[in-house]
Amino acid sequence: MPVSVTNSQLIYAALKACDIRIMSALPETWLVHLIRMADDDPQTTLVRLAKEEEGVGISAGAHLAGVKSAMLMQNHGFLQSINGIVSLARLYRIPLLMLISYRGEFGERDPWQTEGGSVTEALLNALSIPYTRLEEPAHVARRIRKAQALAESSLKPVALLLCRDLMWEE
Amino acid sequence: MLRIDALRAIYNQLEQCVVVTIMGAVSAELQSIGHQPNFFYLQHAMGLASSMGLGIALSRPELKVVVFDGDGSLLMNLGGLTTLARYRPPNLVHVVFDNESLLSVGGFPTATATGSDLAGIAHAAGIPHTATVHNLESFQQAFSQALDANQLTTLVAKVEAKGPPVFLTDLPLLENRFQFARYLKNLAR
Repeated sequence: MPVSVTNSQLIYAALKACDIRIMSALPETWLVHLIRMADDDPQTTLVRLAKEEEGVGISAGAHLAGVKSAMLMQNHGFLQSINGIVSLARLYRIPLLMLISYRGEFGERDPWQTEGGSVTEALLNALSIPYTRLEEPAHVARRIRKAQALAESSLKPVALLLCRDLMWEE
Repeated sequence: MLRIDALRAIYNQLEQCVVVTIMGAVSAELQSIGHQPNFFYLQHAMGLASSMGLGIALSRPELKVVVFDGDGSLLMNLGGLTTLARYRPPNLVHVVFDNESLLSVGGFPTATATGSDLAGIAHAAGIPHTATVHNLESFQQAFSQALDANQLTTLVAKVEAKGPPVFLTDLPLLENRFQFARYLKNLAR
């Protein structure tokens, strides 16, 4: 499976450097290494979800209890989570660090991913969620650190789009 | 059984807990008995109160967390029961007030009115201890046992579809949120 182990390790290390203790996740191909790393790390609590919106609740509970968390999901999981993002995270000023695998962009071969790809950024913009793309390995650590800083200072959701050039080795 | 009587019956035991409630009647009734800084009312995002309780319980295993859920809310996040069961935090008590209706939006019946059994679903999801109670005495007893049990419990309390005339209280959402977070921060770990 040509999901980049090296770049997954970069992402994971950056999350650890941000003192992330809880990671919620729903498996998707590009996230397999990240989820395994979280599962193998005794200092990280991996919460495997049935549906991504639950992760908003997990992160909200963790934040109010004083623990930093991150959410790993596909962009279709982001679409699935929107009510929780609006009526919990935004309503109650909860920081969310969302790492979203950005399927359905240029290069996508799976027809079923293409609709989600075409609406992801439009929805992030409609929800005023600050986001940036992770494409270059050299940017990963800095952008994750900055995303978390903004989430914590604004008390709002922020998103990092895990892009094909970073996650997939063609 | 009236839900407010059930809340009154266990109110004193909530002092030592961290409480998350759903919106609507549950939140308004608990506040009418008396708001405390360790109570958080999730006034929207139906279904996510139990997920929030899980997030708190996993983050702070030294705390006892109580979630007051409802049939309408839980039916929106049945998958969350499987997540609760998967991590089964021993410090979480999940109470479901089941009035078989969406009371705050007109009283339309939920699926529990036609036989769906939430304790049965919770049991089948893998929640280690589940029960359904129908009267105040058994609720009080089952709740106390669940608090002491050190085992994840889903306790379904069948209650009448009656609630307060208004759901709006004088506690702003963000005041509640920041007060609650500060309370948890100041608790000795």
